[in-house]
Amino acid sequence: MAEELTPISNDDVVWMEEPEMGFWESTFLPAIFSGLKNSLRHVTDFKPVTQQYPEEKPDLPLNYRGVHRLNRDDKGRVKCVACMMCSTACPARCIDIVAEEAPKDDPLWADRDKRPKSFVIDELKCIYCGMCEEACPVDSIELTHIYDLTGLTRQEMKFNKEKLLEVFDQTKDNPRDPIRTHRGILGPASDFTSLPQVGPATQIPQGDKASEPVSTDVIKQG
Amino acid sequence: MPTVYVNDQPVELKPDERLNCIQAAQKAGVEIPHYCWHPSLSVVASCRMCLVEVGDKKPDGTVAMVPKVVPGCQTPVKDGTVIVTNSPKVQAAQRGTLEYLLLNHPLDCPVCDQAGECGLQDFSFKYGRAYSRLAEPKNQKKDKPYIGDQITLFTDRCIMCTRCVRFTREISGTAELQVVSRGSGEEIDIFPGKPCNNKLAGNVVDLCPVGALCSKDFLYEQRVWWLKGKNSVCAGCSTGCSIRVDQNKDVVYRLKPRSNPLAQGEFMCDEGRFGWKYIHSEHRLKFPMQKLPAGITPVSWPQILPALRQALTEAAKRAPEKLAVVLTPFMTVEEAYLLCKYLKSLSPAARLLMTPAPVVGADDSYPKDLRGQAAPQPKFTIRAEKAPNRAGVELVLHHFGGTVESLDSILAQVSQGTLEAVYLTAGSPEGWITDEQAKSLAKAKLVIVQDLLDSPALPWATFVLPGTSWAERDGTFVNHAGLAQAIHRGLRSPGDAWPDGRICFELAGRTGIFHAPTIRQEIAGEIPALAALIVGDLGDEGIFLKSAGETASAADSETQVPVTGGSRS
Ligand code: SF4
Ligand code: SF4
Ligand code: SF4
Ligand code: SF4
Ligand code: FES
Repeated sequence: MAEELTPISNDDVVWMEEPEMGFWESTFLPAIFSGLKNSLRHVTDFKPVTQQYPEEKPDLPLNYRGVHRLNRDDKGRVKCVACMMCSTACPARCIDIVAEEAPKDDPLWADRDKRPKSFVIDELKCIYCGMCEEACPVDSIELTHIYDLTGLTRQEMKFNKEKLLEVFDQTKDNPRDPIRTHRGILGPASDFTSLPQVGPATQIPQGDKASEPVSTDVIKQG
Repeated sequence: MPTVYVNDQPVELKPDERLNCIQAAQKAGVEIPHYCWHPSLSVVASCRMCLVEVGDKKPDGTVAMVPKVVPGCQTPVKDGTVIVTNSPKVQAAQRGTLEYLLLNHPLDCPVCDQAGECGLQDFSFKYGRAYSRLAEPKNQKKDKPYIGDQITLFTDRCIMCTRCVRFTREISGTAELQVVSRGSGEEIDIFPGKPCNNKLAGNVVDLCPVGALCSKDFLYEQRVWWLKGKNSVCAGCSTGCSIRVDQNKDVVYRLKPRSNPLAQGEFMCDEGRFGWKYIHSEHRLKFPMQKLPAGITPVSWPQILPALRQALTEAAKRAPEKLAVVLTPFMTVEEAYLLCKYLKSLSPAARLLMTPAPVVGADDSYPKDLRGQAAPQPKFTIRAEKAPNRAGVELVLHHFGGTVESLDSILAQVSQGTLEAVYLTAGSPEGWITDEQAKSLAKAKLVIVQDLLDSPALPWATFVLPGTSWAERDGTFVNHAGLAQAIHRGLRSPGDAWPDGRICFELAGRTGIFHAPTIRQEIAGEIPALAALIVGDLGDEGIFLKSAGETASAADSETQVPVTGGSRS
């Protein structure tokens, strides 16, 4: 029974004894001196390590996740299609979206079905995990490099659609927060300009003719 | 006993059972994906999603397979039929079919209302392949925002299963929808100027396996995975359609019919489907109120209940024959029972009354023929009696020796002084009393109003008890045919309103928690006509109060043939 429970056999077990202390070691003097040496080294080191924030701004890694922004598409409309994937993915449940039908008679919105009527992120509840960014099918919501977020009231820290678009306008020219894609109408299926041979993360069964490339030059591009 | 083999698994059929391959496989717990087939509609076998291999097991044990795949929805099974749903040949056919269905499909799932409950998503995930070979641009068709007052069509998402067309031809009989053009130009459309506005039109949205037909009422309101559903029964009319109440954060967003062959079949009418808005009316009563010297004031339940009990006891002592409870066909069987029993315990001489159910027009049966006349064998009936539980409350009432009287006659008795104390239960979404009628209440010494919405009776009330809508309470409704179905509490009530069952339970001074199945069993022991409720849990479909034979003879001449079938999918 006991044998079954032990994952290693007794032959593999080596018993170790604590090394015995020598004379000097049992006086503890070498240890005391080595500690003193360390303290002296720090006392005589005059190179400063303190960062003079806010006069000096920190150099953050490129993948830093700060305040959100809502991107605009090439026509200046909010890219978000109000699919609510971000608020579904959000572990902190801090995104609240109300959707509406895009006005069909407005030529600016004629090619869109759905858009956010209101879009509120509670920046205080957010844990800045970036799940929303991952979930967004049109690359609308993104986390920027803004880290120094302050406000006087909790209400002020609930960012609405206008404010989030403003963050975009502020950060879009900053090389740290570039506009990464121009995808914006809808999901990838309606947006392919070139056809990937197979979808990503797809296992192709051996001999599936469907996965072979289409003969080129059959279709005229343009 | 005929036996069918589904993927080597034997399935026994009843001798007179006539099934197709999809239904036979369902019995074995095997899913055959399908779009165009629906248990209530005719078979067209046009989507080709249900292709399976079929064969025949000979008495000598050999099996002869049909050399090609066949549509399972159109292939009936008989003794010895062999169905194979998972062979490489079938899988290749399923992948091919899905690739075709998706050729021109926009795949705009992020903005599609169906996403999360979409047949195309589910089957593509389970049976499809994750890539397409189409290199040409997709064929994009224009959306048709006006198919009907409640229906919009996203033409490019349609997979041309024609379920919607067949519904309007076979179930509603109004035939507004049709297929226009051919080949990849095929589209669903209405005749010019003839929108799909029949009283069953909302069902085409449920039938549509994809997000092509959408309900304008629900459009973009919620993502479906946020909705929490509770089984209930529509309170719109005495048909008592089995439904599901979909809510999120105590806001109802839609009602969906459930399949129930005992009640209505697979569908529901638009009056019921969109007629629940009063649940969130701003006129809802939110707090119990009592008339104090300072005027009518909101009070708490622990304050009002003893005061109310005392007032009723005094009234029963003073003049029991002048004390009456007025029941309503909108209450559940449990509430009626608790209230009647409580009143009779105060004084056996106290009177029990009930207002009749509102009747609007005549029963409306479908399908309609060319001239708008109902077919002799109706498949769906919207009843004129616009209350869910007249039958159930009447059974309780008659057991305790009460009578049905019109509101006018009750109020006349109040004016004449033959009634001094009245306990009025209402719960009707329409106004049940006019200003003029309410004035006769001035004569009464004690008026108790238990209602859902504000009404002209309130200024005359001594006690106001805020009840809830049917979607917020547990209980039993008995439909026109004597089918007892359970309703379940789907959401919490606004403010301090209590489910009516709890009000009656606590008023009666009972200890514990109002638990509908327990009360049901108690009722079954006491009222012989409701003895069938002894099971307590009525299940998803409910039970008939009388056995089938009795119901058939007792039921009125109208012979409803519910549209039945397996599960909707
Ligand atoms: S970063 Fe994470 S917590 Fe913050 S909004 Fe996005 S998903 Fe929610
Ligand atoms: S995931 Fe993107 S498109 Fe969808 S609601 Fe969020 S921001 Fe908008
Ligand atoms: S119909 Fe289904 S597959 Fe098509 S866009 Fe809607 S959810 Fe996606
Ligand atoms: S609109 Fe829906 S139900 Fe009608 S044919 Fe198209 S997919 Fe089928
Ligand atoms: S062909 Fe059988 S379900 Fe459509």
